Parts: sequence; C-alpha cells; structure tokens
Amino acid sequence: MTDLIRKSASELAELISKGEVSSVEVTRAHLDRSAAVDGAVHSYLYQNPEASLIAAAEVDRARAAGEITSPLAGVPIAVKDNLTTTDAPTTSGSKILQGWVPPYDATVVKKLRAAGMPILGKTNLDEFAMGSSTEFSAYGPSKNPWDLTRIPGGSGGGSSSVVSSFQAPLAIGSDTGGSIRFPGAVTGTVGTKPTYGAVSRYGLIALASSLDQIGPVARNVLDTAMLQDVIAGHDPHDSTSLPESLGSMTAAALKQDVKGMRIGVIKQLSGEGFQPGVAARFKESLNLLAAAGAEIVEVDCPSFEYAIAAYYLILPAEASSNLAKFDSVRFGMRVEPNENATIERVMAATREAGFGPEVKRRIILGTYALSSGSYDKFYGAALKVRTLIQRDFDAAFAKADVLVSPTAPTTAFKFGDKIDDPLAMYLNDIATIPANLAGIPGMSVPNGLADEDGLPVGIQLLAPAREDARLYQVGGWLEKAHEEIWGKRMIDFAPELEVK
Amino acid sequence: MSEITPDLVRHLAGLARILVSDEEVEQFTKQLSLIADSVAHVSKAIDADTPSTSHPIAMANVFREDVVEPSLSQAEALSGAPDSAEGRFKVNAILDEE
Amino acid sequence: MAKAELMNYEQALEQFEVVIGLEVHVELNTNTKMFCGCKNEFGNEPNTNVCPICIALPGALPAVNKTAVESSIKIGLALGCEIAPTGRFARKNYFYPDLAKNFQTSQYDEPIAFEGSLDVEVPSGKVHTVLIERAHMEEDAGKLTHIGGSTGRIQGAEYSLVDYNRAGVPLVEIVTKPVYGAGAEAPELAAAYVRSIREIVKGLGVSDARMERGNVRCDANVSLRKHGAEKLGTRTETKNVNSLRSIERAVRYEIQRQAHILANGGTIIQETRHWHEDKGATSAGRPKSDADDYRYFPEPDLVPVQPSRELIEALRATLPEKPADRRKRLAGEWGFSELEFRDVVNADLLDQIEETVTAGAKPQAARKWWMGELARIANESEEGAVPNITPAQVAELAKLIEDGKINDRLAREVLGYVLAGEGSPAEIVAARGLEVVSDDGALIAAIEAALASQPDVIPAIREGRMQAAGQVIGAVMKAMAGSADAARVRELLIEMANK
Repeated sequence: MTDLIRKSASELAELISKGEVSSVEVTRAHLDRSAAVDGAVHSYLYQNPEASLIAAAEVDRARAAGEITSPLAGVPIAVKDNLTTTDAPTTSGSKILQGWVPPYDATVVKKLRAAGMPILGKTNLDEFAMGSSTEFSAYGPSKNPWDLTRIPGGSGGGSSSVVSSFQAPLAIGSDTGGSIRFPGAVTGTVGTKPTYGAVSRYGLIALASSLDQIGPVARNVLDTAMLQDVIAGHDPHDSTSLPESLGSMTAAALKQDVKGMRIGVIKQLSGEGFQPGVAARFKESLNLLAAAGAEIVEVDCPSFEYAIAAYYLILPAEASSNLAKFDSVRFGMRVEPNENATIERVMAATREAGFGPEVKRRIILGTYALSSGSYDKFYGAALKVRTLIQRDFDAAFAKADVLVSPTAPTTAFKFGDKIDDPLAMYLNDIATIPANLAGIPGMSVPNGLADEDGLPVGIQLLAPAREDARLYQVGGWLEKAHEEIWGKRMIDFAPELEVK
Repeated sequence: MSEITPDLVRHLAGLARILVSDEEVEQFTKQLSLIADSVAHVSKAIDADTPSTSHPIAMANVFREDVVEPSLSQAEALSGAPDSAEGRFKVNAILDEE
Repeated sequence: MAKAELMNYEQALEQFEVVIGLEVHVELNTNTKMFCGCKNEFGNEPNTNVCPICIALPGALPAVNKTAVESSIKIGLALGCEIAPTGRFARKNYFYPDLAKNFQTSQYDEPIAFEGSLDVEVPSGKVHTVLIERAHMEEDAGKLTHIGGSTGRIQGAEYSLVDYNRAGVPLVEIVTKPVYGAGAEAPELAAAYVRSIREIVKGLGVSDARMERGNVRCDANVSLRKHGAEKLGTRTETKNVNSLRSIERAVRYEIQRQAHILANGGTIIQETRHWHEDKGATSAGRPKSDADDYRYFPEPDLVPVQPSRELIEALRATLPEKPADRRKRLAGEWGFSELEFRDVVNADLLDQIEETVTAGAKPQAARKWWMGELARIANESEEGAVPNITPAQVAELAKLIEDGKINDRLAREVLGYVLAGEGSPAEIVAARGLEVVSDDGALIAAIEAALASQPDVIPAIREGRMQAAGQVIGAVMKAMAGSADAARVRELLIEMANK
C-alpha cells in the first residue's frame, strides 16, 4: 500500500475509476501515513480517521451506483483549517476558535463532498493565515519534510507539508499574499492562486477579503489543475465570485506547450538580490523556455516598489474589521476578567487571550491605517497604489502572455530566523503580493534545487485575470522540462521521513 | 519620525477591543513604528487624481432575489455560544449606557 | 436623573435661532434581510430568523437584497434626490453586542441617493422646505434585553440577552441638511417632517411605517445660536424618539434646556441624549469622543451598486402621488373647511378618513367619526393608540345611520361592541336587534300613550309652539329604550296635531 501514497491524484483517480483500488484503500493508506509521520511533521490540526473512512466507503458505494462521476471521485484531500466544516472543528490556527464546530460547510467543502473526495483532516496554518512559516499557529508549527528544522512556508504550511510528506495527494490552500505559492516553492510542490473570484470564498474565514483566494495544492501541475476544476465556479453566496467559467484547467495542463509564447521577466523581480541558488535556477528556467521557442521579454513594473507597503496597509485594515466578530458572544472563546467583568471588558480580555502576537500587531496596525487622520495617507494611499500596480500589470501583459519570477527570495529558512522581525518576514512575500493586489492568477512550480542548501526552489507564473489556463499550460511544460533535466520529479529528491 | 507612541497604541488597542499589557504596548510601539515608517512612502507614489481600487476585479450590481432561504434552527444558532439563556445569546452586563 | 433647568420657550426663541437636523431610519418591509435570505419578520421566537451571515459566523459573506436596493431608490426618488450612478457599501466599525460583526454594513461617502428636498406643512399652515442631504442603505442591529437590576434597563442589569432576528433587517437612513428658520415652529416641523416621511414610505409600500414597532425611528439634532451669528452652535443628538408627539416634545425640551445653559454662560456638550417620554425630559448619553472613530472603509465583500438610467426611470414610473399633491387633491374632493382639513392632517388621520370614504362613507361622516368619537376613545385609552376598528367598519356604521337603520345614540352603542370585537356594525345590529323602530304603528301607539298624560301638547303644537313637541318625543324615546327614530316621531306627532 505504501506506493499508493506516492501516486499522483490523477493516477489514483484512474485506479479508482477502473476499480483496481477503492477509495477506502487509498484513504486508509494516507491515514496510515499520517499515523506514521505526522507526529514529526505536524501538518494536521484535526483528523478523524473513522469519519474519513466512512466518507470513503460512501464514495465507493455512490461511485459503484453511478451517482458520482467527478474526475477526482474517491481521491482523498486535506483542507486548510480556515475553511468551515460541519464535521470537524475549525480553528483557523487560533486559540480563540478552539473547538468550534461550524453549523455550515464552506462552498468549497460542499464541492469536495459532492465530487466524492473524502476529507482526511484539517491542516495547520499561521493564526488566521497571518504569516509565512506556520510559526504563528497557536497549535505549534508544521515542519518542512525536506528538513524538519525548517519552515514549510506559510500561511499554508500545513497544506504544503501534507502533500510533500505524502500524507495527502491534494490539499486546499488559501492565498492572501502568497500563502499557497510560497509554501509550494519551499516544499517542492505546486500551488495556484486562481483569479480573484474564480473560487468561492464563502466559508473561508476571512483574513483580507479583497486579497483572499482559495486555491489548489498538489505535487504536480495536472493534479493542481484537476482540483481547481473541482472547486472553481460561480457561487451566489460570494458577491465577488466571477459569473463566468474560466474553462478547463485540466485541458490546459495537458497542453504543455510554450512555443511562440511571450514570457515576460519582471525587471523588479528578476532575481537580483535573491539567494544565489534561487536566482540561478530562475535563469536556467528562462533559458529552457527560450530554447523551446518562447520569446523572453523584459517588462517594467515600477510601482512594485510600493507593493509590500500597500499590502501591509490593506491587509491589516481589512483584517482588523474581519476579526472584530471574534468577541466571545456567539462562538469561540470567552475570558472573564477577575473584576468588573462588563461585556466590554470580557470582549477585550477574550481578544487579549485568544489572539496571538502577530494577529494583535496586525489588528492594531490596521486600526491605525483606517483611523481618522491616518486614512488618506495610509489606507487611502494604499488603494491608489493598487491601481498603479494594476496598470503596471496591464502594461506588462500587453507585451507578454505570462510573467515569471522566482516565487520567493530564499529557500526554506530555519525556525526562529525571522519570528522576531516582522519586516524581514513580510519581505518573503515580495514576489507573490502583487498578484493578490491586482487579483490576477499566480502559480508556483518547482524548478530545481538550490546548489547551496539542496532545498527546493519555485518559479512563479502570473497571467492576466481570468487567464488561469495559461498558468497551467506553461506550468505543465516547465514541470516536464525540469523533470527531464533533473531525471525525476523534484519531490522525489526529498529525503525519506523516519517512519514511526 | 514615527507618530506611533505608547498612548496611540493604547488608544488603537482600545478601538480594537484588545487589552494590552505594558510590555505589549512597549513592544508594539517599537514594531509598529518600524512598520509604519516602512509603509509611509505609499503616499509618495500617488497623487490626488490616482483612482482607488478597492476591488481587484471590477464588478457591479451583484444582487440576491428577495426570496426567503432556510435559517438555522435556534439550537444551531446557539450551538457555538459560550453562554445562552431563553433562546438568546447571554452576555455580561453592558457598561455603556446606550 | 436630575431634571435640567429650562428657559421659558418664548424667551428662548427671542434670544436664539434654532437649527435642527433630522435622521430618520426606515425599516423596509422586504421578505428577507438586507444581506441574507433570513425572514424579515417581527415577533418570531428569538434567534430563529438567523443564519451564519446575520449572526456573523466566521467565513460567512453578505449578498445584497435586490428589492431593498429598489426600495431605497424609490425612497430617494420620492424625496426628489439624485440617484448615485455608483453607490458603495462601507463598513462602520464599532463594538456592540447587538452588532454581530462588530461593524455595520452601511454607506459612507457614496450613498445611493443624495440632494433632495421635501415640502412639509406645519399646523399653522405654513410650508417649510426641508433639504435632504442623503438617503443611504444600511442594516439594523439585533435586540438586547437587560435582565436583573430594578428597572429592566441597562443600568444595574446583571446580564443581557441578545436576539439577532432583527439583525440585518434593511434600513434606509434619511438625513436632512441643517434646517434653519423654523423658529418657534421647529418642534412642530420636526414632527411634521417625520410624519411626511412616514406617509411617503407607506405610500410607496416599502415600509410598514409603524412607529410603535420601530419601523420608523428618528434622531433629532438641535443646536442654538445667537440671532445673526454665522457659526452653528454645538448640537446634541436625541436618539430614538419614537412617536410624533415625543419628537415635538423632545425638540422643544432641548431648545429650552440649551437656551438656559447658553444664557447662563455655559457651553453645550456635543453628546447623544435620550428622550424619556414619562419624565418629558432628555438625559445625557455618551459624549462624542475619539471613541467614535468608526474607521469607515469600502466593504470589500460587496461590489458597487450602479443603477442604470432605465432602472431608475422604471422605478420613478411606479411612484405614487406626492403627499403634498395628495392633500391638495383630498382637500378638494372632500370639501372640508381649511381648518377642518388641517385638524385632520395634524391628527394624522388622513389615511383612515380616505380609506373610510373609499369604503363608501360621506367625507363629513368619516371625518366626524374619526375626529370625534374615535379620537375621544383613543385619547382615553392608555396607549393613545388608534382604536381597534377598520375604516370599512366605520364606513358601514356611517351607512347604517344614513339609511336610518340606527340613530346616533345606537351607533355609539354599536361602536362599543365593534371595539369589543363582536363583529361588523351590520352584524351587531342584526344580532342584538338594535335597529331603530320605524314601524309607524308602534310609534303611534307610544305617542298616544305619551299624549294621554300630556294633553296640552297637541293644542300647543297647533298654536305653533313647536318646543312642546320635545316633551312627547323624549317620553317616546324613553319608553322605547332609545330605539325609536326621533325624526319620525316628530313627523308623526305633527301629523297627528294637524289632523
């Protein structure tokens, strides 16, 4: 059974559809893997193996009865713990929500259930998705399976480590400033942030509503595409949900063709000042693309200089408001102060005890950015910078079909390296943030290992809004090209985890 | 050059309904000063004529028909509440007089 | 609560110019709430019209009610407002337990309607033009019940209970510009303005407009300044004054209270005040402070509302007659004197009388009932509420009199039974056998019986002393327990005398 866990989702789906293996067997194999390795990796905040197996058995029955025809029917999946689930606690990595079981399923969760995909568990994240390392999870960090002393990226480090440690073939992530793509890059896996509005946010515990987007996490481009096809689509419960379909990502991923495509290199994110191994792999990827007949062009995005600043104003501002509902009245934790326990003081004491330091820092920063006297120079200015960044992208996409950059400035760093330096932590997102500000789709695909530390590196692809298919087309090709050069999949270079 | 003072941090924490200890005030003052200084240059990038973008993908007129959908049951609504009584969410006395 | 010292009203007006501003919240009568599909219904079991959206569970997102937007546009149009080509929702951030999200989804710098005006007639007959600054969409909060303590009020309560059935009910807030020049009539103008708003939204069919249920709520801003001064004085905002009468009283009270303070060299604190109907006074609430930094920003979970010209014109075409036009029309149709008509308007009985006339009553008869007997009963009742009778029933009552089936005295008796819930007037007359006796035979017998003891009457009538007839008529009415038609008795008596 151990070879089942190393198979891709598309392979598993095929085996299940042919009747060569059941969803129960596949699900059990992954649960067994978690029992063996998750003590060390800590991808999951919650698992209920019995419930997962019951769901898998039901899928086997329904599939046999012809009731489910989804391409991924029977393939199990892990879900980031900031999506609501009626059958599992949903904490968003925060103490303030410890033990809360929502009375409703997120739209994406409903779609997974309808597609016959048993849920293996809820994955770890930085508290309310605020962070790049999972070190800000109230329940302890997840580890990078490549090196357990290093971070698996964040905020979706639970989802990146769960697929890279073969505990799940697929996972759901959410990306507000890079929380799918950065973890993908540092764990040698694939992750996509779809166009804003392509996937419903209903049931996603909001960090920053205008930046958040749910997306697929997997070990290869095709699986990622298949998962996006399952979760995408209009949802009347999300008013920012796109009304139109973006077409088949699966078909795009199978195209694997870059000939004649114009690939734009963003001058401001060309790898200069990045870790040498990251910059070197990026150059190689550009050479591969050029050799295959793609046209490499340089594009200038001068406003990107302001992207991090704008992001760290818009995000905390929206978050400060989104997180106001955590007030001890209707759900979650309640802490009563010793004396004079008025509701006002109960709320304040609860939020003091229930939120971690990064969450408090950002709430206070966001409150500042919105407060009278600061609004125009901070939040208001950031919204205008957002326009400039969109204009930069518009100009860039006039010259290029797809833009590329390294996904992150470095490979996975060690635990503790940046935890006390918020600004250094924020700089990880330098390449990923512009896509969230502009609402365009982005993907990280492994493009080799850094020479200096042997850790995985990712290349980021960006496409115009609604052109997610281009990412899968180019990403699929890049993946194949790199596998040919390196001789095997990047994930297969990862060291074997010690099995308990 | 930052305007972030301990008093401002306390005031902001008050607006955000978060109790903060003196140590936290000191720490947040330092960290927020650094962050505020590093983001302050956004105002240099723009001018009064630059339009704002509050939604990344421009859309308008997304409405729901005025048709009743099922509500939660009272028990479901109260299921996550730390405290409830008489079918309602129970909270401590309110200080404010409104 | 110590009662504040007040300046004599006339004196206050001599010394100061009054400036008022009114914020009226109208609850829309849509089927569902503003941002979710829960029922918009009054009086259900607590927390049964709630869902993840309106109790703000993590992950839930709002979706705008189309009908609420159209109703808001109609209100804007009826107030002569411009409709914004782009309206946007914004979050107003503050913590309060009845506000589930701890922000209210409202509109800030881009309201759906702005720059309108409304002509409002005050009891003196003068018409004031009130300028409307804006009308915007927002949502209502939940309902808090304070338990423990002596009064059931917030002070001294041990704990509070929250019901979110009302949370998210659509509201339109209508804000006036400062209203100058009303002088002594400012309190009446405030009340008349709110009455007009109520008539408008009721006429549009977008709100039930029942003040006693909080469908229409008013916050009244009052400030004073010396005559001729340019700068506006500091204002107070008196919250939730929930009947027309209390609006008038509260504004008058604030004028007198502020005048006393200012005349004695004091300053007015900018604050929220609460009106206490029982004490006839306002009390200080929260002072405005830094804590009122609401940190408005565009609601990122909702997209802009951009009504097309076609939609606006289509909605405009559905607007009913303007209240001022309607009054002019009704005054013409009914033929009341100017004074009679104004009294009807001031008594807030236009709707009832119009419906009664529509149901078949003569205008004067309808006016007589509503302004007379029914008004008397309303005044005597504790709540001062409109009696439990429909305009159709009043019309039926009037018809019974007109047809001579009952007389005025019987009608009052029938009315008592209608109010007691016994049925319609015709049903009651039939069931209780209250019809007047118009059988001449029975009446003649009774007259002859009365004449037997008063032999002087017939000669007196023959001599033209008609007042003598009264004694006989009275005796007949008494003998027949009031069920005789007095006019017919008189006719018969005269016939008999002239034989």
